[in-house]
Amino acid sequence: MTTVLRNVRPYGEDAVDITMRDGLISAIEPAGTQPAAEGIDGRGLVLLPGFVDLHTHLREPGREDAETIATGTAAAALGGFTAVHAMANTNPVADTAGVVEQVWRRGIEAGHCDVHPVGAVTVGLQGERLAELGAMADSAARVRIFSDDGVCVSDPVLMRRALEYVKAFDGVIAQHAQDPRLTEGAQMNESELSGVLGLRGWPAVAEEAIIARDLLLAQHVGSRVHICHLSTRGSVEIVRWAKERGVEVTAEVTPHHLILTEELARTYDPRYKVNPPLRTADDVEAVREGLEDGTIDVVATDHAPHAREDKDCEWAAGAFGLLGLETAFSVVFETMVATGRLDWRQLADRMSERPARIGRVIDQGRPVAVGEPASLVVVDPHATWTVDPSRSASRSANTPFLSREMRGAVVHTLLRGRPTVIDGSLAP
Amino acid sequence: MNKHLLSAADLTRDDAVAILDTAVELARVSDRTVKKLPTLRGRTVVNLFFEDSTRTRISFEAAAKRLSADVITFSAKGSSVSKGESLKDTALTLEAMGADAIVVRHGASGAPHRLAHSGWIDGVVVNAGDGTHEHPTQALLDAYTLRHHLSSDEGALDGRHVVIVGDVLHSRVARSNVLLLHTLGARVTLVAPPTLMPVGVESWPCGISYDLDAALPGADAVMMLRVQAERMNAAYFPSANEYSRRYGLDVRRSDLLADGGIVMHPGPMNRGMEITAEVADGPRSVIVEQVTNGVHVRMAVLYRLLGAADVIGEAS
Repeated sequence: MTTVLRNVRPYGEDAVDITMRDGLISAIEPAGTQPAAEGIDGRGLVLLPGFVDLHTHLREPGREDAETIATGTAAAALGGFTAVHAMANTNPVADTAGVVEQVWRRGIEAGHCDVHPVGAVTVGLQGERLAELGAMADSAARVRIFSDDGVCVSDPVLMRRALEYVKAFDGVIAQHAQDPRLTEGAQMNESELSGVLGLRGWPAVAEEAIIARDLLLAQHVGSRVHICHLSTRGSVEIVRWAKERGVEVTAEVTPHHLILTEELARTYDPRYKVNPPLRTADDVEAVREGLEDGTIDVVATDHAPHAREDKDCEWAAGAFGLLGLETAFSVVFETMVATGRLDWRQLADRMSERPARIGRVIDQGRPVAVGEPASLVVVDPHATWTVDPSRSASRSANTPFLSREMRGAVVHTLLRGRPTVIDGSLAP
Repeated sequence: MNKHLLSAADLTRDDAVAILDTAVELARVSDRTVKKLPTLRGRTVVNLFFEDSTRTRISFEAAAKRLSADVITFSAKGSSVSKGESLKDTALTLEAMGADAIVVRHGASGAPHRLAHSGWIDGVVVNAGDGTHEHPTQALLDAYTLRHHLSSDEGALDGRHVVIVGDVLHSRVARSNVLLLHTLGARVTLVAPPTLMPVGVESWPCGISYDLDAALPGADAVMMLRVQAERMNAAYFPSANEYSRRYGLDVRRSDLLADGGIVMHPGPMNRGMEITAEVADGPRSVIVEQVTNGVHVRMAVLYRLLGAADVIGEAS
């Protein structure tokens, strides 16, 4: 199968026509080489390698009322993603080869983007004994990232063993850094504001202490470790310190922690309730700095769909988490590219190349070059759009950006040469 | 005045003084043989209590009834609320019944704010205590009581010094009182062990002390907060005895107050824990009076929020 993408600017550079054959880029020629009637018109927009999300909750199996693999991956494609990593906190938990293979196969059936299951570190996310990590790694799903996300692997011995064990198959532990005792019943960032609102605080130290411990553990046993959704200035500083010392650590930040602050808790609307919580403006600045200088390796969405009734309630009863796939690019564009902090090549690095490397996904996050996989995204930096859940592919509506005007839009997404999104709509 | 009463911060100085003045007038009515006013005849006030609080519920019921409102009370126990019905569904039910005002007590901070701003209901929302957030009518009745003893029923509380002692971290009473008493010009000092002070309390409009003996001398009033003995299991303090020794109010300490200084407690008291029986029943104690004043203040709040015409005089 041959597909032509005309008049696109790879990494925002000179416009070219791209020909794709059998899932690979077969030719890159100056714009105007291909006849105007052929293929997809890129209108001089920016071409990037398809985005890779390291942190997606697809909710299937178990909560198909909130999201399915089909709807979640459709949302991913609309957001410019060509691969997502499906978190393990489903029901049943993805802690066996059987469950991860099922998720992987359902992803292939849906066809919107690649689905790489994340395996649970411990059986049932219970933090008591290791799940069969090797079996998941050896399965058809080829799991390389393991995480109890939603729950912290707080037992230091268990964390040490997990870090060591996955070295056998080049895996990585992705830690949800949250000291459980310091965050019992926590509702929002602990701060002057939590005191005023009377909401139980989730202190930064509960994240930073676990990160510090795990970086020291990783250094001690010579393993790599990945920090999920880092959210505080202190966390950025600790990761920066560890990288300077040569610890093999990678870290992610979510789009929402790049742009939203704890002030939104004043509404008591659980739409803004997320874990880790929205932090202060100073923390937002710190994670932007970290993403800019590479201390933070990647943007990961932590896309967390929730059924309407789990958010249409009082704050304390509301579920943690918010949607992220369809708004991720626009948030990163507005906060990092439009501000001049990242150029297009760096955006490709943070949203495609490095996440693929961390997940050991060999056919994603590749350069736009002849012979490389044609998993690509075309974005319009000048477009603006308004977030409207009724136009979202997700089965849930819990976006924190409801009715917000966004800058920058995903126009086309291609998975191995096959369009999954054309002109901002799912390809038929 | 705002449409709802969710936080003591919703009240300007003029709003607060107007409520207190109205409460004084309504209190005079309560001295009559016929205590009832026709003011809210035909209006429906719903008391929605997701948390047990007999004294607050009865106080609001009495207030609404004395203003001739139709009163419906929902309590968590024995109603659909205890069967897991959501706040939203309960609110929609009440809205369908035509509630003009909803008085809500809820264990979750911000639940009244959610009721008021979610679009579920049209009625006026009065916060009767939400989680560890606020309890604005308690602050109003405390201000009323303070004013009665310290300023002879008029004006504000400028220059008066009020010491609030105890579990500030978990206390909605403390939060609302700090805000309201500051609005009314009083100086407030919070006293608690550092473990029971919220993060960021330094930015509140009040003083902070860990030493009760240092804070009390010359104060015009001391307000003791209830401290649950279970807090010691979460390591907030070592033992009930140690808490009492360091932060309990006994006769020696109450005598450090200014002449005429008063002792307050929002109830229910732990006698022997934060306050000794001698002080609770002693000459400086106005604790029983606070309960009486609660009815007058809540009448005034309903009266003003429901936009009643000036009919206080009608019954006379």
